[in-house]
Amino acid sequence: MSDDLELRDTADQLPDRFENPGFPPHEQRRGDVDPRANKFSERIVVALFAVSILGTIAMIAAYFAFPPGETAASMQRSNLAMGLGLAFALLGIGTGAVHWAKSLMSDHEVAEERHPLRSSDEVRAQAVEVLKEGAADSAIGRRTVLKGAVATSLALFPLTIVVPLVGNVGGDWDVASFKRTMWKKGTRLTTDPLGRPIKAADVTIGSITSVIPEGLEETAHPLDEKAKAVVVLLRLDPRDLKIQPGREDWQYDGIVAYSKICTHVGCPVALYEQQTHHLLCPCHQSTFDVADGAKVIFGPAKRALPQLPITVDTEGYLVASSDFTEPIGPSFWERLR
Amino acid sequence: MTSPAAATADFLDQRTGLGAAVKEFARKVFPDHWSFLLGEIALYSFVTLLISGTFLTMFFVPSMTEVTYSGPWASLQGTRMSEAFASTLRLSFEVRGGLLMRQVHHWAALIFMASIITHMMRVFFTGAFRKPRELNWVVGFTLLILGLAAGFSGYSLPDDVLSGNGLRISDGVLRAVPIIGSYGSYFLFGGEFPGEALIPRLFTVHILLVPGLILALVGLHLFMVVLAKHTQYPGSGRTDRNVVGFPLFPIYVAKAGGFFFIVFGVIALMAATMQINPVWNYGPYDPSPVSAGSQPDWYMLFLDGALRLMPGGVEVVIANFTVPLNVLIPAMVVPGILFTALAAYPFIEAYATGDKREHHVLDRPRNRPFRTAFGVSLLVAFFVLVLAGSNDLIATHFHLSINDITWVLRFALFIAPAAAFMVTKRMCLALQRRDREIVLHGHEHGTIVRFESGEYIEVHQPLNEHERWIRVQHEPIRPLQVAPAEDSRGVRRKGYAADLRRARLSRLFYADRVEPVTPAELAASHSHGTHDELPPAPSGQELVAGGRRSLVADDRAPGDGH
Repeated sequence: MSDDLELRDTADQLPDRFENPGFPPHEQRRGDVDPRANKFSERIVVALFAVSILGTIAMIAAYFAFPPGETAASMQRSNLAMGLGLAFALLGIGTGAVHWAKSLMSDHEVAEERHPLRSSDEVRAQAVEVLKEGAADSAIGRRTVLKGAVATSLALFPLTIVVPLVGNVGGDWDVASFKRTMWKKGTRLTTDPLGRPIKAADVTIGSITSVIPEGLEETAHPLDEKAKAVVVLLRLDPRDLKIQPGREDWQYDGIVAYSKICTHVGCPVALYEQQTHHLLCPCHQSTFDVADGAKVIFGPAKRALPQLPITVDTEGYLVASSDFTEPIGPSFWERLR
Repeated sequence: MTSPAAATADFLDQRTGLGAAVKEFARKVFPDHWSFLLGEIALYSFVTLLISGTFLTMFFVPSMTEVTYSGPWASLQGTRMSEAFASTLRLSFEVRGGLLMRQVHHWAALIFMASIITHMMRVFFTGAFRKPRELNWVVGFTLLILGLAAGFSGYSLPDDVLSGNGLRISDGVLRAVPIIGSYGSYFLFGGEFPGEALIPRLFTVHILLVPGLILALVGLHLFMVVLAKHTQYPGSGRTDRNVVGFPLFPIYVAKAGGFFFIVFGVIALMAATMQINPVWNYGPYDPSPVSAGSQPDWYMLFLDGALRLMPGGVEVVIANFTVPLNVLIPAMVVPGILFTALAAYPFIEAYATGDKREHHVLDRPRNRPFRTAFGVSLLVAFFVLVLAGSNDLIATHFHLSINDITWVLRFALFIAPAAAFMVTKRMCLALQRRDREIVLHGHEHGTIVRFESGEYIEVHQPLNEHERWIRVQHEPIRPLQVAPAEDSRGVRRKGYAADLRRARLSRLFYADRVEPVTPAELAASHSHGTHDELPPAPSGQELVAGGRRSLVADDRAPGDGH
């Protein structure tokens, strides 16, 4: 580096870097030189704090004057009145304090020295010495069995909390129940949420109905059951319906039932487009073609919606022929085991 | 010792030695800049969350026990719902000020996350994470993750249809985890989804566990700020060895204290005038219905967007075990990469720079083209995912095909960040060249002068030393170079391969650069009236990296930004 420098002309005798020029001159505010401007700023600060006082009074008044009531409008009125009072109560204090600091307090910047965070070598050496003395006193290096016993007991004792916690937290831990729903042979299909049985003759072509199994409300955990068993029931023109091989008797006269729980991450597949027979999940837009076995035609799902085999009972009501033949809903590790 | 204040001070000081602390802290200097307020907004919206949240806990019932609604809201009367949802309705319709506090709480949560992320962007783009603040960056990063956890756990508490579907999605994502996924779902829900354990558990997480951790880490975050003193923007008189600003008392007591009330006040104004999360319109959770256009809170949109973009075909079955990569990649791998890159960045940059000194003067983003471009490309990737999380709303508002939007965004996720990287880097280099030009030639004056000889020149106004300092204060950073593979005796050096890798990374960061004007260049431009013929820059200094003199700085000339 020095070799290079010597070869250069005089301009290069200059330093490599510019010098920090030091603090720029201080510019005075109007209030620093004009007492009237100063007084005016003070009055503004007082006015802002006064706004806060009025805001608090308004908030308390609104609390008594506007009960939330029974309609959305009365609720919003109450919210608006109290909220504005609160906002002014707070903003008055905030803007007042900041304006005070900016216009009336000193605006002379001051500098403070920084010191490296690192301890000095001397202090470091002392720290090491302290640790060495302590280690020597406890003789931790030599007492290996003791060291092992301490480490093992410390490592093991959290199990006293963790084992009972983990044991209880997952209920019965019977993850196999992901694979079963409450549908079984002969369970009637009923409307969601009222639970009325559905006659095959009443299902019109192009319609879509959300369906729950009969007796859902009588189960121990209706929401858990519903989260697995809910089904969409559709009737298509039999000419449009591509019946899947092996599922010839799973539909009844163009009426098909598919799990409503998306095979992606489990949202209800709730949007139906009648013209195209597409069922769309509003969460992540997985799209299923119900005319063709509810196979995925777009989006992040991989598998078709499981089909519920259905038929009619002697009274003409739609019933399940069995449970789903595969686990419904999102994929999981032991799904096919 | 007669006034009550003096007596109290004496009492306290005799028992705590408070006087020393007051002397130490009351005049502590903090630099002033608007961008330093972003972190304050995060802190104050958190305090707002604690205040409004405490109010809400008095009336919210964290229970999934089923009740029949009989309150004032007519459209839900007779509907069966959880006590959690019923008490949320009660908070809105029967507790005076309850709706206001709910809306304050929700808006404050959104602003909390937004200010954390913008504060993090400020810290990133100005290099405030450099030594000695790398650890505080990690603390801040952990606070971001805890903020997400706080937001999500709170958002799910009212047990309405929208939040219930959010939980359903979390269940689906959790189940996708190989081997332990199903058990994870049981762990969270206490059995099958939705179960009856979740809301009380989330409540404990939301009001005790997560805020307790946030509070502790906020304390640590601020302690470390005080310990290292605040960074400052470059300017005349400011160096790495001083801190220039205003004293804590009285300036920042008034300014920062006042700013808390402004933040809370603005949140109150939003809560008063802008409705948020009207759960009475959504209804209680039921696994069957879902509304179209359903979306999570904004800070979760990127995850939802990633789930939406992923093609479904990648779900695989290995030995009859199902591995739903179509869920795992967007919900775990992509955010994992994004967050790991963010958390590790300070350490990667320090490694590539080979710089072991403390830095207290911030970088102007243009002076760090690689870092700025990398940050922008991460943000663009995040933004593409946010857009993807809103693809249904884009489709309905702009009458576009949702399939087309999804396909465009699938490509954009890869192309847009790369393009943003290149454009940003070029812009930084161009801005640096502009700085050089202004330093060398001064400001354009707009005055054309004609000499007697007929020559025209434009008069340039030279910069004063303060204007110039801003543009020349930064140190040029050159890529690390590798010392020869063999030492003077021809013995192959240990660690040569590692040095090669490090030098390659360093070149990625710093090969393209524009260096600040040196006094020699300025003198040359004044004497020649041009800077076309610049003397070569001084060759690079040897840097000691890792205690070995194995890496030396590149000696390419300044201004060769290609």
